[in-house]
Amino acid sequence: MPSSDTVTLVQADSISKVFDVSAPWLNRVLERKPRLLLHAVDKLSLVIRRGETLALVGESGCGKSTVARLLVGLYRCSTGSIRFDGQPMPAIEDAGHGASAHAMRRRIQMIFQDPYASLNPRWTVGRIIAEPIHVHRLLADESAIRERVAALLAQVGLSPNDAVKYPHQFSGGQRQRISIARALASEPEFLVCDEPTSALDVSVQAQVLNLMRELQRERGLTYLFISHNLAVVRHVSDRVGVMYLGRIVELADNADLFGNPLHPYTRMLLDAIPDLERVGRPRTPVAGEVPNPLDPPAGCAFNPRCPLANDRCRRERPELASVPGEATGRRMVACFAIEEGRISSRGDGQTSRSEDSGRA
Amino acid sequence: MSAASTIVHPTAGDAGSRSAPLLQVRGLRVEFPTRRGTLVALDDVTFEIGRGETLGVVGESGAGKSLTGASIIGLLEPPGRIASGQILFDGKRLDNLPAEQMRRIRGRQIAAIFQDPLTSLNPLFTVGRQLIDTICTHLELNQAQARQRAIELLADTGIPAPENRVDHYPHQFSGGMRQRVVIALALAAQPRLIVADEPTTALDVSIQAQIIALLKRLAREHSTSVMLITHDMGVIAETADRVAVMYAGRIAEIGPVDEVIHRPRHPYTQGLMASIPSVHENRERLAQIDGAMPRLNAIPTGCAFNPRCPRVQARCREQRPELREYGASQAACWFVDV
Repeated sequence: MPSSDTVTLVQADSISKVFDVSAPWLNRVLERKPRLLLHAVDKLSLVIRRGETLALVGESGCGKSTVARLLVGLYRCSTGSIRFDGQPMPAIEDAGHGASAHAMRRRIQMIFQDPYASLNPRWTVGRIIAEPIHVHRLLADESAIRERVAALLAQVGLSPNDAVKYPHQFSGGQRQRISIARALASEPEFLVCDEPTSALDVSVQAQVLNLMRELQRERGLTYLFISHNLAVVRHVSDRVGVMYLGRIVELADNADLFGNPLHPYTRMLLDAIPDLERVGRPRTPVAGEVPNPLDPPAGCAFNPRCPLANDRCRRERPELASVPGEATGRRMVACFAIEEGRISSRGDGQTSRSEDSGRA
Repeated sequence: MSAASTIVHPTAGDAGSRSAPLLQVRGLRVEFPTRRGTLVALDDVTFEIGRGETLGVVGESGAGKSLTGASIIGLLEPPGRIASGQILFDGKRLDNLPAEQMRRIRGRQIAAIFQDPLTSLNPLFTVGRQLIDTICTHLELNQAQARQRAIELLADTGIPAPENRVDHYPHQFSGGMRQRVVIALALAAQPRLIVADEPTTALDVSIQAQIIALLKRLAREHSTSVMLITHDMGVIAETADRVAVMYAGRIAEIGPVDEVIHRPRHPYTQGLMASIPSVHENRERLAQIDGAMPRLNAIPTGCAFNPRCPRVQARCREQRPELREYGASQAACWFVDV
């Protein structure tokens, strides 16, 4: 056993999730269809440090929500392992009911995207928030539970009197506050937030993001923050992982990633954001779409859209590795163009773009 | 196909007979009668869209931006109804037209693009069939000519190998490609106004950028006016000429995009702009507007924004402010600091 690490809270080692999306057995036999496997997450490794916010960004279908579900144990890893606070973490379907697994689960909670679908419409808000307290037997006395629920509601900016109401009586932003209160009820250390503000209007999104930040400071929470919105990620995260087709292509500190994006995909994503400062200014969007995950391109998954792709990129797959010339592990990127120095990893990196662009 | 060959080039100070705006909406009021009284969803909405101009309409959910679009294209769902006000298209009233006449204008003169490309296309017909039907309904072309035009439209919207793709079904296209088909469908009869209701909301950012660029190019090439409804201020900033900010069924502020974004006059616009996170800076705390937009059955008297407004005064709770001019834009607020 390695010495217990006080910095690392969550460690995922080469985790994969493969979904079998084949046609039913009879059809496969009669129509001679092959088995069809979807690699939603492909040998992904990451470390989440205590008290930090790690964000995962990417377009739909890149596997970011699957990572979230793997890390809370809602899915079982196809390969690889996850350690939480030094202990191996079992998926709920495996070791669901052991005492240690139960204790671990109290420390990990999740906030979902859709506040309309994630709250039981037939339960009062008080019952919804009290559920984790009951499940984990944190408080026995009903009046103590009521007090705790009232305190949680106050903490997320709702009134203690709201406990007797039903979810439909609340707006989207208020419902997301209820979700947060429920997640906090078991006093977790690690919160996995899967697009927590995507369903909300901007002014309400700002309220929820500010609340999450305050709670993190007060309680020393660790967040995994999943989002497709780079501006939101810029605002909430300490470190950012950019995902493309089941893998992390770039992992860096917030300031590094936004100040000096390296991977061509990260640059493309940042370029694609409509910008308030660019009123009426034209720009050329990157062509192409995310490839079908059932039939990913050979080599680097981004090569069909990449202005820098060469023969090696179409043949071999780059692994996530430290950027040449920077401290090990501080900044990771999976790109041959950077490894070979075809683009500079410093400055704005626009240097040798012309040479390869004609061959794409 | 009377006006198909008339191409109007919009210029800033366009004088003469064509100088009237293409679309004028005056005092539009939309109501929903319910058992517990009448809900006013749109109240006294007034704006215009010039020829070749792109007007952005922003607001949070429930502000009435989609209803405004639906009223213009005559697709207001019952029991919703236009209670008062006028909608003039090229000087002629649309709001009191019989359904049959409105049907001829819709698609021909005014086209619509909706948020979800999958529900805007019929899954049982090839995209070619849907395009050809639309073309033949509005233009006097035979089947072969219409098919040729359909292929041209698909090519124009950036769909690779349009000769083959024209015979494919909607499910064979990706989300971004489907939205291109929907845009091709909207352009099929060379309309003069396109009402685009959240055309990029269902798409990923990289695809969103492609679709916006496409919409801009086509609107420019065909001198089409566009009403772009979205909740995303970034999309507006890049696409629109002017922008209307809606709140609780009314226009809070309207003006040139640059002006509204960089010098917002209405406290709601100011709060909205400040609450948008930016990729360029990492602020410790986002500015937030406390509270939420009122529901239709509980719109406060006076200014609808008054319970959330940082500058609220007694007058705001009693009297409703109308749009007044401040520089190049207009805002509905009693206490605009100029």
